[in-house]
Amino acid sequence: MNSQGRDTKPHDVAVLEDVKTFTGNKALQLEEALIFELDNHGVSGVDLPEPATGSLRLGKVKARKGIGLPHLSEPEVVRHFTRLSQKNFGIDSTMYPLGSCTMKHNPRLNEKMARLPGFSDVHPLQPVSTVQGALELIDQLAHWLKTLTGMPAVAMSPAAGAHGELCGLMAIRAALHARGEGHRTRVLVPESAHGTNPATAAFCGFTVDSIPAEENGRVSVEAVKAKLGPDVACIMLTNPNTCGLFEPQVKEIADAVHAAGGYFYCDGANYNAIVGRVRPADLGVDAMHINLHKTFSTPHGGGGPGSGPVVLSDALAPFAPMPFVVHGKDGFDLVEHAAGTDTQPFGRMKGFHGQMGMFVRALAYIMSHGADGLRQVASDAVLNANYIKESLKDTMSVSFDGPCMHEALFDDRFLKGSGVTPLDFAKAMIDEGFHPMTMYFPLVVHGALLVEPTETESKATLDQFIATLRHLAERAKAGDAAYFQAAPRLTPRRRLDETAAARKPILRWTRPAGTAQAQAAE
Amino acid sequence: MRYLPLTEADRREMLARIGVPDVDALFRDVPESARLKAPIAGLPMHQGELEVERHLSRLAAKNVTAGSVPFFIGAGAYKHHVPASVDQLLLRGEFLTSYTPYQPEVAQGTLQYLFEFQTQVALVTGMEVANASMYDGATATAEAVLMANRITKRNKAILSGGLHPHYRSVTETTCGVMGMEIVAAEPDPMDLEDLAGRIDDRTACVVVQTPSLFGHVRDFTSLCEAAHAKGALVIVAVTEIVSLGLLTPPGEMGADIVVAEGQSIGNALNFGGPYVGLFATREKFVRQMPGRLCGQTVDADGKRGFVLTLSTREQHIRREKATSNICTNSGLCALAFTIHMSLLGEAGYTKLARINHANAVVLAEKLAGVAGVEVLNEGFFNEFTVKLPKPAAGIVEALAAKGVLAGVPVSRFYPDVAGVENLLLVAATETNTVGDMDELVRALEEVL
Repeated sequence: MNSQGRDTKPHDVAVLEDVKTFTGNKALQLEEALIFELDNHGVSGVDLPEPATGSLRLGKVKARKGIGLPHLSEPEVVRHFTRLSQKNFGIDSTMYPLGSCTMKHNPRLNEKMARLPGFSDVHPLQPVSTVQGALELIDQLAHWLKTLTGMPAVAMSPAAGAHGELCGLMAIRAALHARGEGHRTRVLVPESAHGTNPATAAFCGFTVDSIPAEENGRVSVEAVKAKLGPDVACIMLTNPNTCGLFEPQVKEIADAVHAAGGYFYCDGANYNAIVGRVRPADLGVDAMHINLHKTFSTPHGGGGPGSGPVVLSDALAPFAPMPFVVHGKDGFDLVEHAAGTDTQPFGRMKGFHGQMGMFVRALAYIMSHGADGLRQVASDAVLNANYIKESLKDTMSVSFDGPCMHEALFDDRFLKGSGVTPLDFAKAMIDEGFHPMTMYFPLVVHGALLVEPTETESKATLDQFIATLRHLAERAKAGDAAYFQAAPRLTPRRRLDETAAARKPILRWTRPAGTAQAQAAE
Repeated sequence: MRYLPLTEADRREMLARIGVPDVDALFRDVPESARLKAPIAGLPMHQGELEVERHLSRLAAKNVTAGSVPFFIGAGAYKHHVPASVDQLLLRGEFLTSYTPYQPEVAQGTLQYLFEFQTQVALVTGMEVANASMYDGATATAEAVLMANRITKRNKAILSGGLHPHYRSVTETTCGVMGMEIVAAEPDPMDLEDLAGRIDDRTACVVVQTPSLFGHVRDFTSLCEAAHAKGALVIVAVTEIVSLGLLTPPGEMGADIVVAEGQSIGNALNFGGPYVGLFATREKFVRQMPGRLCGQTVDADGKRGFVLTLSTREQHIRREKATSNICTNSGLCALAFTIHMSLLGEAGYTKLARINHANAVVLAEKLAGVAGVEVLNEGFFNEFTVKLPKPAAGIVEALAAKGVLAGVPVSRFYPDVAGVENLLLVAATETNTVGDMDELVRALEEVL
């Protein structure tokens, strides 16, 4: 009953997918055309003054005619993008149990701080005397990263985790060349590594030598030793690894690689499982990138921007790329050229000085947690993952025994004979209001389902998630494959044809043939 | 620790279900000697929102902001006005806190704006297709050179002396490691270089920039013809994307790949990042294009929808055979670009470009009137090079002390190159008033 005393019980219990409306809209779920199809010729969403002068100084270059951009007023643009936003899941709306991706709460304090004009409205090439606060911030973040990892140096400029990997391998390459050992061109990469690891090594001109995982999902020191030789440049080890496991022999592996003259690159994508509890320096790491957006919560933003500083050992520090911040005699200074320094930088990773906006967010997050809170971050991330694993081990198939780190790995054995694939299972989760976990990764197990709850999920949410997965697993086992194969039913779009998209790619909108504008453009 | 929802009672209950006495037991695979028993020393404990705000606000206050002074710095990053709606839309949690759209059914919002972004970038650059963004203009340039290497199977790249030094340096670093030969022309303040004459049968590509570092606007039609005749590609870099609201786009001049910095549209200066790299090319090269791509398709009901596509080029499929190691893009910055560009529309974008150029013309005339100051450019967009009677670095410092941020001394990029000490790069945008320009002129006359 509502406040007017009228019956609010729905008379028609048809599910949303069966309801046909005239517009295609379904109440709050609104259809939205492309911005180009909303063209309202002649209007603009900004009011600009008339140019100060009509005369042009373009030398020999002609002024252009006709671009083909649409015209819309401000309210039309605001409504368009608001409607688009309503077609997305975000961590603000639902749990994203994405293994290896670390989707945790994104505090708005970080956003507020990054938007302070003192950070956002500062040009990278202002005189250093006018950007002392920005340089101090970079220095403070660098101090936190070095202290937390126990490493002596950090290269701040890489733009993302994979870019950080590239930075680390370039530093290793430069160090080897400086040692006169440019013949070391083989990189050992366990098969449980992120796909970026072998891509990075190859991109850097190394050959990739794969190390198979043991039965227990780990890399053994014996397997590494068998691969070592005078041509090995380094090992790229992800720790905790992509199966969600800590590599117990990591120190022995590091020692063996060092003894053979190679370096130890650690993929730090999973650093938030150990932050504040383990210092990578104590494991023998020479270089490790830190995905600030993962461990220190700068928003993923639908796929970036990221930020991937790389901590470096004493052996690699001199080869770090330009630029870097130093303590000068009149405050902070920015070193942009190697001349006059005792460093041998391998070059430059990106324009200007790195992802400053991400640095502000990361530092705000780090300070909000402090040394005590970051330790708790790792503890809770690991606790949450183990809680999920233990709660579902009787219903789903857990891949490896023993405690996991911040992510729990299941595989598709529990779906055997049901006709339900991991993909079907994931799509059914969407209808239940959960983003799917990571599927088919890592490659070490068949039909992987990698669940990472992160430390910012409450027990109540975890319990609901566990109950939902339990229900879906039982439904799959009960033979209701058709239900899963038709999922998701309640999303703005049902399963999309990715094969057709790749076969004949349509990568941009084009004006339909025969329209007036299309003819005018001919 | 306001971001952590678990209570002590929750933790106890959860540990009991797992069957371990404490959380330390879950870390038992970590070697005993590497397990820290207490919070790491030398770092502060957690702080409340007020304390964090106070600290960061104090750091921010130590910087001079572009909006607070007469401001004429460009050289690859530009101060433009961003409409308020851009940031408000960006802050919507469904955009801000969403993940890479690998599950398209719950990411149509992200995928559709990426498709719109790709279309806008293709239109603005005059090219056929674009990707869903790169880290920034500099890394996009390096990726373009590698792409030219894949297409032509040739190993040499010729870089213009008008290419932004950071773009040059990133290209040398990245492509050098890949075994490419990078030939960079000397800095070219007068725009006199002959790149066509340097192309040989080993040349994969020529990389040029418009407007160049020194502000020259350039027509590359004949360079493109010369390059194509010798089987090489032309890559055009654009550091100020607003310029294409006024200038003939590289696509119409015959460019094979256009890379650009998209910061000017929708994105703040941010002390250099994050920015958004634009990358556009010809349809025939699309499978060699790096980065993320969004494509149109249909769903199970036959309705139009969008997905990430052609991922067979990417690291998670091809691993060591991947086209590049890129794993992310600049999604949120691309969204800012798309929203701002949509607000501008064709009329707004072209008018914004006109205003920028007109302000720069006025500024150039005013500066040329200062005794001893010479403007080197014939044609320019919103930035040009002036020759001062004294070293520019000192002048810029002296002007900063007077509260005017005047431009970038060329010597900041080229400390070891003789003959550029007195050159200053000066930019004007729609944010500069005539009053700002007069203040620059007055201050300059005082310090010269």
